[in-house]
Amino acid sequence: MLVSGIKSRPVYGTLAPNEQARLNIVFADGEGALAVLAMKPAAPTAFWARTHVIYVAGGSAPQGHFAKLQALGTHSCHEAPTIASALPRLKALLGAARMGTQLYLAGTEPLMGEGMRVAGEYGIRHQSIRTEHRGSLARRVQCVHCKGITESVTTNIVPCAHCGLHLLVRDHYSRRVGAFQGVNIDAEAPGQLPKVEEVFK
Amino acid sequence: MAVRPQSIKVRVAEVVPVTPLVKRFRFVPLAGGLLPAFSGGAHTVVEMHDGAVVRRNPYSLMGSPDELDSYQISVRKVEDSRGGSVFMHERVKAGDEMAVSPPVNLFAIAWDARKHLLLAGGIGITPFVSQMIQLDRSEMPFELHYCIRNDDRGPYWRDLQQRYGRRVQVHRAESGLGMDVEALLVMQPLGTHLFVCGPGPMIEGVYATARGLGWPEENLHSERFQAPATGAAFDVVLRRSSKRVHVGTHESLLEAIEAADVEAPYLCRGGACGQCETGVLACDGRLIHNDHYLSAEERAAGRKIMPCVSRFEGRELVLDL
Ligand code: FES
Repeated sequence: MLVSGIKSRPVYGTLAPNEQARLNIVFADGEGALAVLAMKPAAPTAFWARTHVIYVAGGSAPQGHFAKLQALGTHSCHEAPTIASALPRLKALLGAARMGTQLYLAGTEPLMGEGMRVAGEYGIRHQSIRTEHRGSLARRVQCVHCKGITESVTTNIVPCAHCGLHLLVRDHYSRRVGAFQGVNIDAEAPGQLPKVEEVFK
Repeated sequence: MAVRPQSIKVRVAEVVPVTPLVKRFRFVPLAGGLLPAFSGGAHTVVEMHDGAVVRRNPYSLMGSPDELDSYQISVRKVEDSRGGSVFMHERVKAGDEMAVSPPVNLFAIAWDARKHLLLAGGIGITPFVSQMIQLDRSEMPFELHYCIRNDDRGPYWRDLQQRYGRRVQVHRAESGLGMDVEALLVMQPLGTHLFVCGPGPMIEGVYATARGLGWPEENLHSERFQAPATGAAFDVVLRRSSKRVHVGTHESLLEAIEAADVEAPYLCRGGACGQCETGVLACDGRLIHNDHYLSAEERAAGRKIMPCVSRFEGRELVLDL
């Protein structure tokens, strides 16, 4: 059984433009692009002119969301192949930013987890970030034993990509690491596992 | 619910005039030894026995959080107030015995901030004195902008400038060079937390500017030392204690409740923290809300009151106390 209802589990909202902000930074992946595009009716042209977009297409590449993001008329619109490769640009934007900058995260949990972690390094509290979850529920999991990170986990139980222990994926989320906690489940009787199910699709 | 904290008996070790309107008081524990620890921005509530009236006013602790053999506060004399500051200025002498509360901090440093931007107006400088000691020790970047009327009226600005150099900027209103809040806020690096302490309109003005520039609420901190408003006297019924209490013109509802020996919680005594929130069981008249805590809906509903600053006008008020 998964442990549910734990407070550390992030709660995501719906993106809305912050018109007071003097600068907007949007970091999105996959179907998250749709959440960004959905702000269009509420956001004046001037809003997009103050906005930087960083987008990771991932599995959604064939849908051509990036072209639609480019058509928004943003100050800049950048595409990166992976979340990790997008982070230097995100850091560069945050590093140069001043107060009055609004960060938006849209898409998968790994993207939002990484976005929040990086934002924290620049002194942005997670409450001030606007988020919207779209697409896969796949989780980024940290093994509590070896601290290694296993990406894109969709099952309740997963072998740690680093130490190989069978991990139960908990709802406990670390903002610092940007990952859910994975705890060894068969320590007493190795190999005896509950049913492995795909739960984070 | 917090019970009224145990007060600490102290002796007034020293009273020092700082400006024509500000005096500094130093308290040492009667029992000897050390006082409870506090962090930068904390306040203590000083108990004043003025004849039959007991006043409790909050004052920022402005000594170093590392030196606990005494507490220091600064009091600005406000002539036509309810008399707490006048009492401190005119009646309290070195050698007197008084009581103070353990420290409470409702204006603590933001440890995740990348920079602290501190804005003080007049006597609002006091919580920053201890905050800056702590920020400086922790090597955390900060900048103080201190608004005073003129050189003679602003307490401590010379000492602070000497201690912190360029990190302390003084703005003198009479010289026509007031502080340009917008220009200041626009250039702050990401991760800056704003702290403001001063008169109500200053706090409101700074907040409005910050919000207009897209600053998130999480990064805005304020402390207002609002003396409870005076007003017409009224009676209040405390249902659970079965008491009827008279609230005098110069007395707050909270002080009157305390004088009747009824335990009522509090922390800030300035209508900001929410600790004293009390249920209104019946109200035939008008609640005069002077706090900054209840929402507009809560005020409209009329089911709650903050006795530290708010009052009542009308025939009958029954509280859940
Ligand atoms: S004591 Fe803080 S609001 Fe009344």
